[in-house]
Amino acid sequence: MAGTEEIQQPTSEIAFQSKFRWSDMIRVDGRINLRGCLLLVTGILMLVNLYIIFMVAPTDAVLGHVQRIFYFHVPLAIVSFVAFLAVFIASIAYVFRRETKWDNLAHASAEIGVVFITLALVTGMIWAKPVWNAWWLWTPRLTTTLILWLIYVAYLMIRSYAPSPSKAAIYGAAMGIIGFADVVVVYFSVQWWPGIHPTPVVGPLADTGSLDGTMRSVLLFSMLTFLALLTYLIMERMALQDTVDQLRGIRFSLRRAARQDAIPGD
Amino acid sequence: MNEFLRPIGVLLWKDILIELRSRDLVVSLLVFGLVVVVVFNFALDATPELVTEVTPGILWVAFAFAGVLAMNRAFVREKEEGGLDGLLLSPISRDSIFFGKAAASFIFMLLVEAVLLPIFAGLLNFSPASFTLILTIVLATLGFSVVGTLFSAISVQTRSREILLPVLFFPVILPVLVGAVESTKQALGGDTVVGLGHWLPLLGAFDALFLVICPWIFSIVVEE
Repeated sequence: MAGTEEIQQPTSEIAFQSKFRWSDMIRVDGRINLRGCLLLVTGILMLVNLYIIFMVAPTDAVLGHVQRIFYFHVPLAIVSFVAFLAVFIASIAYVFRRETKWDNLAHASAEIGVVFITLALVTGMIWAKPVWNAWWLWTPRLTTTLILWLIYVAYLMIRSYAPSPSKAAIYGAAMGIIGFADVVVVYFSVQWWPGIHPTPVVGPLADTGSLDGTMRSVLLFSMLTFLALLTYLIMERMALQDTVDQLRGIRFSLRRAARQDAIPGD
Repeated sequence: MNEFLRPIGVLLWKDILIELRSRDLVVSLLVFGLVVVVVFNFALDATPELVTEVTPGILWVAFAFAGVLAMNRAFVREKEEGGLDGLLLSPISRDSIFFGKAAASFIFMLLVEAVLLPIFAGLLNFSPASFTLILTIVLATLGFSVVGTLFSAISVQTRSREILLPVLFFPVILPVLVGAVESTKQALGGDTVVGLGHWLPLLGAFDALFLVICPWIFSIVVEE
């Protein structure tokens, strides 16, 4: 039993904590708990956001209350673009630096981005039904968003089908770079296509002055909220990946120790 | 420059020679293309008016599916006997390998399309002799073969590669496909290049983008 002490070393590092303390959200082990703080801030922002959207924002003169889904739909779409931009940047950084943290960032952003863009598509369809009287129209912007969704689902697939974690990282980076470049060109070429989807109300291609002042502020607040949510979820997902990697390392060293034990006279 | 171009020529000639001796790829792609048109004919119950409207779509679905089949084969052959490892060990640049494989796929696809186009023209009643149409086909096929070569190199390394390639390939190539269909629609409507608006420049823009990014990513992916 030569390997016993080696084995106990890593397991004791991850102390399993059964009791939850509120103070841990702010400070844990004498350090600021960044994720805990962000979770608190995001939670408060989400509640305030809900109140503002349903109580403060004016009811749309033409569309009525249905229009309120706009404050979820647009931020979700824009925040998912932010997530995919993060995938792109992290993929490039991974290609040049080959550090696991960049790959973890790309992977986490892609997963959360897919969730957000799925929600953006779903809220868009719910909104489209009463307004356009159709769940879906093949307009350039909707088609672009669907392409985006397909690209990042493919990104997640290529990662899960790759033969090893290092290959998964590099194949993911390949898809993250080419997919985003593709979509950027599509986004700008959409400006050439005529369509019935409203043009962007904020962002680089925004058509200013098409939105009421209060509505604009509510929209911006909602965007900020979802941006905080995105940041928190990505950090949580990266921390989870760290734990998975750590566990894999422990399992690897355990297996190695067991193999050494099995060889007589070692 | 010679060091860059000569390996491309050698690789291209190797693939052409294999194809000349086995003749399995081009022949099966031709038959497949025909089958697609026949299937569409029954799926859409094509009347003469409908046929003119959906012709560009049928044409490009047939070309795109045939293209994916061709891409699936591109690196399988290299993988089977460890040919890819040999290529990577040989003293030529990764870019040369990429462009050699892409050029082979490009030529095979163009060949298949050149044979299929007159047949489709007969079956679907349109005139294939249009400069715009031919330019569209060349530009779109260039994009197909460049992106396809990259993803073929990736998917050949994975489990269930035959399924993964279309899943990776189609979302990325979809803008090119849209551009090709729209451009074909206008070409069959009798438009000249001047009246074509922005579909051909869009195809050109995507080709340029892919020609820059894909060789770079390829060199990273095969190193791993």
